[in-house]
This record gives sequence, structure tokens and C-alpha cells, in this order.
Amino acid sequence: MLSLPSSFLGSKPSHTYPVDMKILSCLSAILLFLFFSASFAEQNVRTERISGSAGDVLEDNPVGKLKVYVYELPSKYNKKLLQKDPRCLTHMFAAEIFMHRFLLSSPVRTRNPDEADWFYTPIYPTCDLTPTGLPLPFKSPRMMRSAIQLISSNWPYWNRTEGADHFFVVPHDFGACFHYQEEKAIERGILPLLQRATLVQTFGQRNHVCLDEGSITIPPFAPPQKMQAHFIPPDIPRSIFVYFRGLFYDVNNDPEGGYYARGARAAVWENFKNNPLFDISTDHPTTYYEDMQRAIFCLCPLGWAPWSPRLVEAVVFGCIPVIIADDIVLPFADAIPWEEIGVFVAEKDVPELDTILTSIPTEVILRKQRLLANPSMKRAMLFPQPAQPGDAFHQILNGLARKLPHDKSIYLKAGEKELNWTAGPVGDLKPW
Amino acid sequence: MKLSALHQSYLNRRSTSFRSPTSLDSSVDGSGKSLIAVFWLILHCLCCLISLVLGFRFSRLVFFFLFSTSSTNLYSAPFRPDLPVKHLDVHTIGRNLDPGANGTVAMATKSSRVVVGRHGIRIRPWPHPNPVEVMKAHGIIERVQKEQKTIFGMKSSKMVIVVTPTYVRTFQALHLTGVVHSLMLVPYDVVWIVVEAGGATNETGLIIAKSGLRTIHVGIDQRMPNTWEDRSKLEVFMRLQALRVVREEKLDGIVMFADDSNMHSMEFFDEIQNVKWFGTVSVGILAHSGNAEEMVMSMDKRKEMEKEEEEESSSLPVQGPACNSTDQLIGWHIFNTLPYAGKSAVYIDDVAAVLPQKLEWSGFVLNSRLLWEEAENKPEWVKDFGLLNENEGVESPLSLLKDPAMVEPLGSCGRQVLLWWLRVEARADSKFPPGWIIDPPLEITVAAKRTPWPDVPPEPPTKKKDQMPLSQGNTVVVIPKQQQHSTKIRKPKRRSKKNKHEPRPTDTTTQVYSSSSKHQERN
Repeated sequence: MLSLPSSFLGSKPSHTYPVDMKILSCLSAILLFLFFSASFAEQNVRTERISGSAGDVLEDNPVGKLKVYVYELPSKYNKKLLQKDPRCLTHMFAAEIFMHRFLLSSPVRTRNPDEADWFYTPIYPTCDLTPTGLPLPFKSPRMMRSAIQLISSNWPYWNRTEGADHFFVVPHDFGACFHYQEEKAIERGILPLLQRATLVQTFGQRNHVCLDEGSITIPPFAPPQKMQAHFIPPDIPRSIFVYFRGLFYDVNNDPEGGYYARGARAAVWENFKNNPLFDISTDHPTTYYEDMQRAIFCLCPLGWAPWSPRLVEAVVFGCIPVIIADDIVLPFADAIPWEEIGVFVAEKDVPELDTILTSIPTEVILRKQRLLANPSMKRAMLFPQPAQPGDAFHQILNGLARKLPHDKSIYLKAGEKELNWTAGPVGDLKPW
Repeated sequence: MKLSALHQSYLNRRSTSFRSPTSLDSSVDGSGKSLIAVFWLILHCLCCLISLVLGFRFSRLVFFFLFSTSSTNLYSAPFRPDLPVKHLDVHTIGRNLDPGANGTVAMATKSSRVVVGRHGIRIRPWPHPNPVEVMKAHGIIERVQKEQKTIFGMKSSKMVIVVTPTYVRTFQALHLTGVVHSLMLVPYDVVWIVVEAGGATNETGLIIAKSGLRTIHVGIDQRMPNTWEDRSKLEVFMRLQALRVVREEKLDGIVMFADDSNMHSMEFFDEIQNVKWFGTVSVGILAHSGNAEEMVMSMDKRKEMEKEEEEESSSLPVQGPACNSTDQLIGWHIFNTLPYAGKSAVYIDDVAAVLPQKLEWSGFVLNSRLLWEEAENKPEWVKDFGLLNENEGVESPLSLLKDPAMVEPLGSCGRQVLLWWLRVEARADSKFPPGWIIDPPLEITVAAKRTPWPDVPPEPPTKKKDQMPLSQGNTVVVIPKQQQHSTKIRKPKRRSKKNKHEPRPTDTTTQVYSSSSKHQERN
């Protein structure tokens, strides 16, 4: 690495380049070396961080471990939104609605807020859909602010801790950053009022502004009945090596290419469109779920956001997920050993994907399939109605229970204020 | 802080990336800054001009070479500028390094390694499948499928013992090939016992050897008789011989009777695996004579009969178990032979409907342990096979049982017809080449000096082609292409000449001329 620039320079006649040029190149090379060594160190940490074994933590019963108090908000925050647009129940952000319904009838719910460990605000910020069904996040910060103002003025529990024992479900693209474009989301950052609260979100990427330490990552909503209706007998042989259906280029929003999925999906297409082992296309087949059950590996590359419902589908259908999203934080990462179940491929290694996948030893592949076949794994990824033991709702409660007991320092003294109520873009301060 | 650094890198990307990293700029001497700026501007213009000439962005390449490390995937030889650059967005890789370098300088470990913005689409130089990897992938697929089979597949599959009586005749190859192909597709172990009337011959042996299955070829000295009735009697004898072989060899599996002219569905083999001791399936009976008019007449007669007598006997061509509403066996449906009374075939080559026996053997399957001398849990309602007296007239496998009510009906109580019974044979005097190999080659009588094909074609065909019977002498019939170019002038002449000299041959279009005189005439 280091030798290249200097040798390159050495071959050129020195009088055409000033001396500064040499210093410049050397410094840049040293910095690059430092940068890459830092990245390697981080990588080693990554492989050790995920631990926990499927089967015991996943089957914990949260009942008795925590108590949740559900605030009574006026229906303009929840029911009216759903009435206006019932499509909110079927899109991949429906977890916020189903979580509310689950908590209302769950044994962990308590009607006495003084004995509650956690407080839940039933608000559906993602339920504002365009005609085509995509959620608009523009009003969500204002909605959230107005809800928090309501609960802080009607109940004393918010001001007691400034939200540190409250949790919110924010399943949108970049969580509580409330924007679908990553750059804008990073600019906005997490809503200032939610800085102390625990966020339950689908977005998870290490060292990203929109992922707070202590957030709980959940899987995106995938309709359980629809998937279960497409099961095929398990003795049908898996004959597809790698399977993927979806966009490679987003021509509407990214005509040049290179922005969408950080170029990773396009790289998959360009490198493997001629490869018969890779069954990849942009089709929308009616046999999508059945095909996944006939495949050994299912690609789960990032899109505009690193998470995707493909992960849930792959786990439910027993197809080993190949996760192509650098630094992604997967759902329930402290309970599910994703490293042992899925295959992680760095975005820069996408052109060598076939080499990587074929060089995995067969015993490892069989072991991954066995782990995926574990029914508790599949249950943990789903949001069934009515709730069943071990499902995603229970995993969220388990995650909340693991954060108990609350540290004494979250309780603020009288008059002490940590949050800045006027922070954030001016548009957020308008009442909703 | 995070925001500002990323924002800064964001801005960097927006501006021309041909600048060096901003943090490094600060290390450069202030006085030299303007010089450098001018220098870069000149270099940029130069590169732009070169790009105009070459057709791609040459400037970025230079930058890339100066500052790249191992981040690109060019594992083969040096970068070839003549590759279409629209695929390899190399410039952005250089761009990626800048914010990274920025990040490490501006702050500590909190920076995200993953940067927002435009990234290159990485494509390797040869984006086609590597054959070694394809083979490895197929190995993985096979291993996974094997594992699936052991976990989810059939738990225990019993061997299928197939009993087939046969004898050498024209249609034997047709029938046996069908059975061979069906048995080759069976996913279970197969033992094929072929009993041959007239002794075990090589012809039959060759056909059954091609199946690749384990076969037991037994020969019976008697020759197959000429009437259907006697034939079925001999077939019964042959099948019992096969069952004796099963008993002696102590073959363990499920015995089924595959007559060589029958056709089996694959579901049949899956269904018979469910037999415990003795089962029966529905057989489609195709009593066909090959004479369409006969069939129509018999159908009409059947309809008449039904109108007159309103019989309850089913007119379905099926032989199989009959069940009551609780799916218990109460009897058998038998093929109604009344419409064919008096008109059925007696001799094997009669042009009349061939009728089945009362109960065809092919509709029954049994566990081979019933035939053994000593078997655990052998039910009491089975007669001892060793004591079977053939002289008492064994017509169907039910003679092996004391109580026919214990038979298990298969195929959802006979509702599924899983195989078909058919008897088709050729005329008694039909000849066929042994082994269906034409050896020695057919006789051609040719004039010594001339080719068999005339140089000038003879007169055009005047008689129809279908009046050309196959003569006994096996002459070869050749269609030379030159025949089409007949000259009209010569035609009448030749015809008349032919009439004078020789009797006209029956087939005029294509024939090998055997006499030399004709050739002389033409010339």
C-alpha cells in the first residue's frame, strides 16, 4: 500500500512536481493506512459483539418482569388516522399499530401508572400515506411533539424523568429521524424530545445518528397469515442456489445509479446477471414465497435503508439470509445470534459473492439451516394476531425487561431540565 | 460534531473531487497554495482535453492511480482503459476515500465507516460464472437435498418385487420397453422377476438388461398357447413360479404383478408402499380389439342392454375394490363382459375385443412375507403358499387367502385408477427381425456396372403409392432425387418401350431397376 505512491512518484521526473506534492501523497497514504487499520479493528469487535443463543432468551416470558402503562391519548393520534387510511394495517410499518393493540390486552399492562416500569404512548406517526401507499414523514415530528406536550402536561411521569422510562415505536425508514432520505435524516437527527426515551425501531446501523444506544431493533412487519398460506411441503428439494427479487436500480429516484443501496444492488446485478446459480430479477412472481422455500440462499441487500422485510421472509421460509449492508444492526441482536444464522457480506465484496457463498463449508450451511428451522426463531420475527408466546411483541417486551431496573440517575430533581424543547428545525415547532 | 464532519464531507463531494483532501491542504505551505491551485487547474484542463479525445474521464483515472490502495477489486492484470468506463465508476472510489480520511482526522472512532452519497458500482473484470464454483455450488445443492430427504422424506420404503410373465413375439419389445421405462422411474428399490414361456431367451434378456435393475430371469419350457384362455392359464402358472422364487430367495418387499402389456402410473408405486399384507387397486380395463366398428357396436349394445334391463352393473371399464360408505371393502367391481358375449377374441390374433379374466392379477399387491415359510406376525387368514395346490385351479390371488374380506383397498378405496390393462398382439404370421436389428442387410440386386439409381429418372408416377405391397423378397425401396427432373419429351417413348420389353412393375415411382436392358435402352 505504502509503496505504490512513492514508486509512482519516483518514476516521474521530479522537476514537474513541487516538493509539496511528495509530502501530500505520503501523508495521504499514511492516513489511508490508519483509516483501514481502524476499520479492521472495528471488524474484529463486530464478530464478537453478537452473542446470545436462540432458544433460551427467545423463549423468555416477559409477564411478571415488567409493567407497562399505556397513556390514553385522544383518537386523533391513533384511531382517526387508521380510520382515514386502513392501509396502515398492512404495510411494513404496521408494527406500531399492532404493538398498541397487543399492549392493550396484554398481561403486562397495568392501569396504575405509579407501579409501571415503562410508559407507552400510542401514536401512529407513520400512518400518513400517499396515494401509492408510501408514508410521508413530514408531519410526524410535529405530531410527536404535540403528543409529548400532551402527556407532559396531563401526567407527571414525563417530567419526572424527561422520558427516560418511556418508549416509542418508530418503525419508519430512519426511525426517529423522521425522514426517508438518509442525508436529510442525518441532518435532522433524532427528534430532540426523544433523546432520552427508548426507541423501538426497525432501522439499525452502527455509528449512525439515527440509532441511539439502547434502542431496540425490531423486524419490519410482514403479514403472518399471508406467509403461512404459502407454505409448501418441506420435502420439496431446495434447488435454487441464490434467490432475489427486487429492484437493482431505482430509476425514479436515482437515475444515474450509485446512490440507491450504495451501489450494492447494482453490483449484484452487473456481476451475476449471467450466472445461472443466481436466480435474480425484478419480476413480481406470484410464487415468490414458494420460490424462497426452494432456495438455499436469499439475498437481503440494503435498499434506501439497510433493513428490509426480506430478512423476515427468509427466516420464516428457511432460506439462509445473505445480508449485504455494512454495519447493520439486525433485529433483536442481543437475543438472536445472527452471525450463526446468516451470511454477512461486505458491500465491497459483492463482486466476489459467488466465491464467498460456494466456499462456505457444507456443514456450516446445514447448521444454519437447522438453526433457521427452529420454530422459536420464526416466531420471533413475526407479529401474529392474536399474539403468541415467543413472537416479536414478546421479544420487544423482553428487550425492555432486560433494561430494567432503571438507573436512579434518570429521575430528575425538581426543576431540572435536560431536554431542549425548542431545538430542531423551525417547522417542527408548529403545533399539530 | 458528527453532523458537521459529515456535512463537510458531503460538501466535498458536491464540489469537484479533483481537489486533494481538505485536511491535507492545511498542511501545505500557504505561499505555495496559489501555485498548487493553478497547477491543478492546468492539469484539470489538460485532462479534460484528453477526455474529449479519448471519450471518458481521464482525469479521474490519474487521481485514482495516485491515491488508490487495495480498495478496488482489480484482481487480474492492470487496469485497461479501453474497458467501457460506464460500468466501472472508478472516480467515486477515489471520492470515497476522502471523507473517510476526513473522518479519521476530524474526530475519533465515532465516525460511521459507511458514508452517504454516491458510491461506485463495483464490477469485476470477468463477470461470468466460474466453472469450479458452479461445480461446488451444485455439490452444496446436492448435499442440502440429501439432508432434506433424510429429514423429511419417506421414512421406510419397501422394495418393489415385480412379476412379469412374457414370451417372445412381435409386440414383446413394445410392451416390455414400456414396463422397463416405468420401472426405471420408480424411486424405490426394484427386483424384477421375468418369467418367460418357451425358455429364457437372449432377446428378452437383452431388453430387461437395459433397465439396469436387478432382474431374475426364469424360463418355462412350455410354449405360449394360441388362445387367450390358455394363455391366461399359463400366465397364472408362470406367476406362481415367480412367487415360488420369492419364497425361496426370501425376498422382502411388496409383490406386484406387472403384465408386460400393462401401463402403470407413478402414483401406483407410491400407493402400494402403504400395503400392510394384501391390497387391491383399481385397474382400468381397456378391452380393445383394434377394430373401431366393433367397439361402436359393442357400446351400442351395452347401451341397449342398459335400457332394457337397467342393470346396476357399472359400465365403467374398471376392475377394482368396492367400498361402502365407511370405506370398508365389500366386494369388487368387475368389468362387464356381457356386451361382448360371443364376440370376444378367442385366438390371440382375432380381430375382436380381448376380454380380461374375471379378476386380473395386476390389480392385487401383497407383502412378500405372506409367501415365506416362516414370517413373524403372519396373519391367520392367509393360506400357506407352500401347500398351494395348483391343480385346484388358481384363478386370482384371492386363492391365496382364506378370507378375502381382509384385503386392503388402496388408492382411496379404489377411487383412483392407478394402472391400465390392455392386450394387444400382432397377427399370427407376423414376422419381425430378432432383437429388432436388421441383419443381414436387405437384399439388393444391382447391375454390376451401374448404380442402383438410374441416371435419368424413369416416367413419373402414374399409380398411387399405397398400392405398393411389401413384397416377400424384401427389396429395398430407394427414392433418388433425380427422379423429379423428368423430361417430358422422353416420357412417351420410354413408356412404350417399357411396355414392349417388360411387364410393367406395380410401383413405378421408386424402384431399383434390376435388369440391365433398361439401362441400355435409356442410353
